[in-house]
Formats: sequence, structure tokens, C-alpha cells
Amino acid sequence: MTSFTLTVNGAAHSVECDPATPLIYVLRNTLGLTGPKLGCALEQCGACTVLVDGEATQCCVRAVSEFEGSDIRTIEGLAEDDTGRRVREAFVALNAAQCGYCTPGLVTAATALLKKNAQPSRDDILKALENNLCRCGSHARVIAAIARAAGEGVRHAG
Amino acid sequence: MPDNLSLSKTPLLDRWVRIAPGERIAIVNGKVDIGQRISTAVALIAAEELDVDPSRIDVAAPETGAAPDEGITSGSNSMQESGNAVRYAAATARRHLLALAAETLGVDVDTLEVDDGLVQSRATNRSVTYWDLMPEGASFGVDVDETVATKPVASFRHVGKFAPARGIENLVGGTGTFVHDMVFPDMLHARPVRPPHYHAQLTALDDAVVARLESEGVTVVRDGSYLAVAAEDEYAAARAAERLANAAQWDTGPGLEEADLFEKLRTAPRISLKIVDGKPVEDPVPPLADPPKAAIATVAARYDRPYHMHGSIGPSAAMAVWTDGKLTIWSHSQGIYLLRAAMADGLEMDMDDIRIIHTPGAGCYGHNGADDAATDAALIARALPGRPVLLKWTRDDEHAWEPYGSAMAMDLRASVNEAGRVIDWSQETYSDTHMNRPRPGANRAGPGRLLPLNYLADPLPKPEASPNMGVHAGIHRNLDPLYNFSKRRLVKNLVPSMPLRTSSLRTLGAYANVFAIESFMDELAHEAGIDPVDFRLSHLDDDRAKAVLSAAAERLFAGEKPDHAGRGIAFAQYKNAKSYAAVGIELTVTDEAEVKLLRAVGAADAGQVVDPDGLASQLEGGILQAASWTLYEAVAFDRDGITSRDWETYPILPFANVPEIETVIIDRPDDPFLGAGEAVAGPTGAAIANAIFDATGLRLRRLPFTPDALRLAALA
Repeated sequence: MTSFTLTVNGAAHSVECDPATPLIYVLRNTLGLTGPKLGCALEQCGACTVLVDGEATQCCVRAVSEFEGSDIRTIEGLAEDDTGRRVREAFVALNAAQCGYCTPGLVTAATALLKKNAQPSRDDILKALENNLCRCGSHARVIAAIARAAGEGVRHAG
Repeated sequence: MPDNLSLSKTPLLDRWVRIAPGERIAIVNGKVDIGQRISTAVALIAAEELDVDPSRIDVAAPETGAAPDEGITSGSNSMQESGNAVRYAAATARRHLLALAAETLGVDVDTLEVDDGLVQSRATNRSVTYWDLMPEGASFGVDVDETVATKPVASFRHVGKFAPARGIENLVGGTGTFVHDMVFPDMLHARPVRPPHYHAQLTALDDAVVARLESEGVTVVRDGSYLAVAAEDEYAAARAAERLANAAQWDTGPGLEEADLFEKLRTAPRISLKIVDGKPVEDPVPPLADPPKAAIATVAARYDRPYHMHGSIGPSAAMAVWTDGKLTIWSHSQGIYLLRAAMADGLEMDMDDIRIIHTPGAGCYGHNGADDAATDAALIARALPGRPVLLKWTRDDEHAWEPYGSAMAMDLRASVNEAGRVIDWSQETYSDTHMNRPRPGANRAGPGRLLPLNYLADPLPKPEASPNMGVHAGIHRNLDPLYNFSKRRLVKNLVPSMPLRTSSLRTLGAYANVFAIESFMDELAHEAGIDPVDFRLSHLDDDRAKAVLSAAAERLFAGEKPDHAGRGIAFAQYKNAKSYAAVGIELTVTDEAEVKLLRAVGAADAGQVVDPDGLASQLEGGILQAASWTLYEAVAFDRDGITSRDWETYPILPFANVPEIETVIIDRPDDPFLGAGEAVAGPTGAAIANAIFDATGLRLRRLPFTPDALRLAALA
């Protein structure tokens, strides 16, 4: 067991665990942030996506020790972020989820995209979601929701 | 006796509707919400009939003992069963409440009006609320009346209007609780440790490894060839499962049979049944006769579909706790009562000692590992009394052990006369079973279908498949086309000796049957030199079918076709009794032989529409899931076991290939609900095949349409 200090959603947390533990288990079980989902534990599906220093990052494989000193944001933390809130509102407005298991990862990946590219093309959106899978078939709504959130961002900025 | 199946099992109104404290209305139904938004639909129906705002309505998560037993959430039956049951229940409740109000206010019931649960009389200025009339603890004490007057369509305020999906804020915010997210004090995390393949038997387990694990606080559950681990820390449990797997030795026997699937489907011993009007009959199967003399063309074609996975993004999971000989289980099973009965039989418990609470899992639309995971959790919880156990399958477990949608083979032959009419039609479909949910049956078939129980020291064997004799059930779902062919020879062949474990995947046999029929209709139209849409229309008598097909065609063929693109269309009425659906696809084939989807049009007639956005969402999702099956998916295996064990070895539709989707809903407010969750899947598969033909001249008949498949077809 080793002690780590993690910065999650703007707050520092001291956690003690096996240093090999993938970050997802610490977020979900130690910090109670169950928004990021365990989907494959192989970095193949994106259900666990969080923001690490602003980058959409899968956290189901890489050990917690690699994340010390990073700014980690989970879906829960996106409630306090303008872009994140806009994305969430657009997903809600378009009912852009069925079962919802992949949804937090998609919202997080979309937030990372819009923070870097306020007016993404459809291809930009598809590229930003290349690590995310959805089984129920909500893809088209997810794409539309991200475009909508981007559009609102433009209006807000104007 | 009510006509409605759900009400016939649970007639008492209090089981469906409760006037709840805090000015709430509780609706209790037995169909589970798996993302298809049945809870949104029943809330809208109840709000409409009771004259309350939908926000006052709570739809409880079904649990055994409390919820009406509505069987399995499957077959696109939920609106017809649960939707109608709730409509009659809410209308009966309103009538009962108005009678109470009339008495309380001393007025004639005809003078009463309701606004969001406030009952007022035009005759006086007095009013009373539902909650005054039925304080906590009060009951209706009457049965649901199926003859009760329901709201006229013209007065609808909620039904047929846009509604937010129930729980959408929580899903989007990551605060919705899946069974995977549950937390209890003192709980343990658990993982199963599966054999290398179905037929392997545990021969030895390294005692030193088990002792080390136990010294680290890990519990090892071992019963015959069944293995599992539990630990306080989830990552420790995940690691322990890997270590235990490495410490196990298995007799793998001859392994899985590696025969050519489609050859085996067509030649292995089978049970053959003639299908008449969508139903198996006992008559002998007629041989395939020579084509009629009037035929100007006779075409034969064979179509193949491999095994497909449900492929939930979240592997199956369950929470269970064993307390004083009683089990409580939180499960994403789509049939909690069936699961309870099978589990009681398998674990030799009294049914009343098992409580199963539906808790969301990841979507799949069918029988994935949910029931098996619940059984895993129960076995582990039984070994650890008093400790809540959260059992999760890994991605590898889910890919390798879920019951797949069966591989299928479809052989068609048809003749067309000079007038362009089909004058002879034959189809034989070959498949393993699609019905492997834990239904009770001879020789303890129910628990025998719970995977973990197949591996205990005293195992319950997996039951033999038997042919389903229902209408449009299993293998013969949509085997009987809706077209007005005067002569048809239809045969279902159950081939029970196929190598992989199978059960119900969205649409059961319908996806492959419709893929074959609707590909073949294009082949026949091409042969007859007739436009494929006209060819279909000329063989349809049902105006609603024609309207749906025409609507899809109009949208698909509007506008200029992009260079090198192909367009294809296909139609079916699910089970010849549920929603009518037509799908149009526009696509191109890249230089790398990849199919790039450009546009999809889904048109449907689902009868009266309750939640139009929910219906559109089901159509969109159905198109995309079926597009994924059609272009990407096939379970791979060899003698050592399943080799599709993650998303690289079993790829599904990536965002990069998501088309623009347009849905057209033909609302029939005066007609019954038809149920739409599975309507577009079959048409999607065929529409893609037909569009590939239009784009390239290549006719693909074996799924999936990967670049390799296209290259192979180009060489043929």
C-alpha cells in the first residue's frame, strides 16, 4: 500500500492503495465518483473517460501512480464547468442516451473537444469520439447534442 | 377474464396504481426500463388518464413480490401489455376517485373536472384532491376494468407529445445508479473465474495459491468446476481472479467443434417444421417441387448470418446478500420473476425467500449475462452470509460467456411470371434456439439455463433445445413474409447441436429472416426488371405497409444521389403483427472496400404513438445496432474456445461510420399500440445489402459485410 495525492474535480485527496491500481477503481470505490464506468478495463470502449489536464483520457488501465500531480476531472466535476454544463444540457435536451452506461464517457469526451475547438465540424466530432463505443445506438443523438452545445457556445460568446 | 395478459395475471388495481404521500402518484408495472423508455411511456399514459402532470408520477423499479408479474421485457410487447394495463388501471383509478369526490362534495359526478389531481365541481366552488380522497393507507379495493372509458384521443395533453426521457439528467450527469455502482457497508467485490471453454472440467487447483489468496483476505468459492473470488477491494478481487485462473487446471476434452457453421446448419440433424400463417404445424414438410410452368424466371439464393453478441458496454453484474437463509438480489435481468423461479429451483430454496429488485445495467436488448451474473452473485453470497456481494463479469467473461444470437442459414427460391408476380416462394431457415432464458420446463430446464449451475459439483445440465411452437416465435419469427404470395413453402429447422451457447438477441430470428427475404425481393425485382419499391408495393395488400414503404422511399430517393453511392430499401412488419417499418440506406464503398454509411431513413407505423421521441430513439438505435451487426460483427471461435474476447476481436459500429438518420413516424392515434423496439433491425440489414448492390453490383449474402467479404464477392 502506498499513499498518493490526487487532484480530482479541483480538490486534493489523499488515498492509500496498491500503486498498480488503475485510477478508475480509486475514483469509483475510494472517492465515490461512480460517474466514470468500468466497461472493458482495456482502454477500448471509453466508458471510463475522464479529463486529465484537459485531455479526454481512459482511466481503466493506467495506474493511479501515473496521475499524481495531474488535474483530474470526472463527469461529476463537469457540473461546475461552463462547457461541461452546456454539453450536459444539450444531451438532456435531445434525450441523447438510452441505457446511459456509455453516456458519462461521451459527455466527458465531448467537453474535452469543445474546450479545444468551439466550432467542431461533424468530422471533428466523430474523431473526438473514436475511443467511445455505444451499444444502444444513441450515436446520432450524441453527435447532434455536441453540435447543439457548440452552437450555443457560439451564441453565448456572441 | 381480462384480455390484457398482464391484467389477467394481476387484476387488482392497487397493484398498479397508488395515490402516494406528498401528492405523488405511484405506478407499479412489471416491464423494466432498459433504455427503451417504457417508464416514460407508462407515465405519460397514466398522467393522461388521471389528469395529473407527468412530473407527479413515479414509476417504480420492478421487484418480485411488489410489481405485477409481466413476464419478460421482450418481444416489443411492453406497450401492448404494460402500456394498455396502465391505461386501464389509471382510467379505473380516475373513475374511482371521481366517485369518491362526488360523494365527498355532494355533487353529481358529471359535474366534476380534474386539474393536476385537484377535483372541482362546476356545480359548487368546492374542491378536493386525490390525496384528500385517498390518504395514505387507503386502497381502491377493486379490479382494473378493461371496459372503462379512456380519454378520447382529441383531448390528449401528454400522450403523443415530446417528453424528456425519465432519468435523463441522472444518466447524463453520471449520477444514475447502475447495479455496478451500488454501495453497501461491508460489501465485497467478486469476480467469477470461468473455464477455458464450455466443456472444460476443473481437474486441479493449486492449493498454495488458494492459501495465499485466503491469507490476503480473499474468499475463494469452489464447487465442482465453478470458481469465484471475493475481496473487500475491487482491484484485489480482479487480480485474485486472474491468479486463481492461472492456478486452475482443466480437462479441456475435444473442445469446441470447428465445423463450417453454415454447412453444419444445413446438414446436421434437425427438427423440421412446416410454417403456416407464421406458426409451426404438425403436417409433414413438403419437398421442394419443380418451379411452376408459368415461371419466366426462378431464382435461388442462400443467406448466412453468424453468431452475434449482445455486447453490452458494461459487463453483466449483480449485487446479492444472503441473510438468515434469504436472498436479496439486485439484477438487470429482463425477467425477474422467471429468474426467481429458476433460482429457487436451482438453489433449492422457497421462492418466497428470494427477492429480486431490478436495477439498471448496460443496454443490450436481449438475454445477455444478466441472469447468469445474478446466479453467480447468489452462489457467492450464499458462501458469505451477511456480506453484500457485488459481482461483476469482466469484458472477457461477457464476450466469451453471454448467450449469443444464433447463427442462421436461410435458403430461398422463388419464381416470377410474365406479369412480374411471384407465383412460387420457398424458404427454409436453419438455426439453433433463440429461447434460452431461464424458463421453467421439464428436467429442471429453468435452472439448467443459469450458466453457473452447469458447472457445480452436482450440476444442472443445460437443457436440450426444443422447437418453439408459438406464432412468429424464435427461428420462424418473420419467416412468413407479409407479401401476398399465393403459394408459399416455409420451413423452420431447429439444429440443436450447434457449438455455441445461444439465446434471445433483439428480434430473435427476425433480423436474419428479414435480411434474407428483403435481399431476395431485390434480387427478384432485378431479375424481373422492376423497380424494387414498385415490386414490393405490388405484392402488398396492407395499406399501412404500403404507406410506410412509400414514406421511406420518398425520403431515400429525394435529392441527387452522391457520386458512386448506392441506395437500398427494405420493409417488414415485425412478427407480421407489430410495427410496420421500412428502412432506406444510402452508402458508398471506399477504395479500401469499406462500407461507408451516408444516410439512413427509418419509417414506421407503431399505431398510436405515446412518446414520439422515445419511438424515434428506438428506431434510430435499432438501425444503428443492426448496421453494426451487418457490417462488423461475427463471433469467432476455435477448438480452444471463443476468440472474440474484446472490442478488437469483436468490433462494433464506431462513431466514424454513423450515418445521418432521419425518422418518419406515421401516427395512427385511433389504432392500438404496436410495439416498435425491434421493427427496423431486419429491414436495416437488407437495405444495406441492397444499397451495396446498387453501388457496386455485388450481391452479398453472408454477414457481416466486411472489406474482406466485399473483396471476396468482387472476385467471385
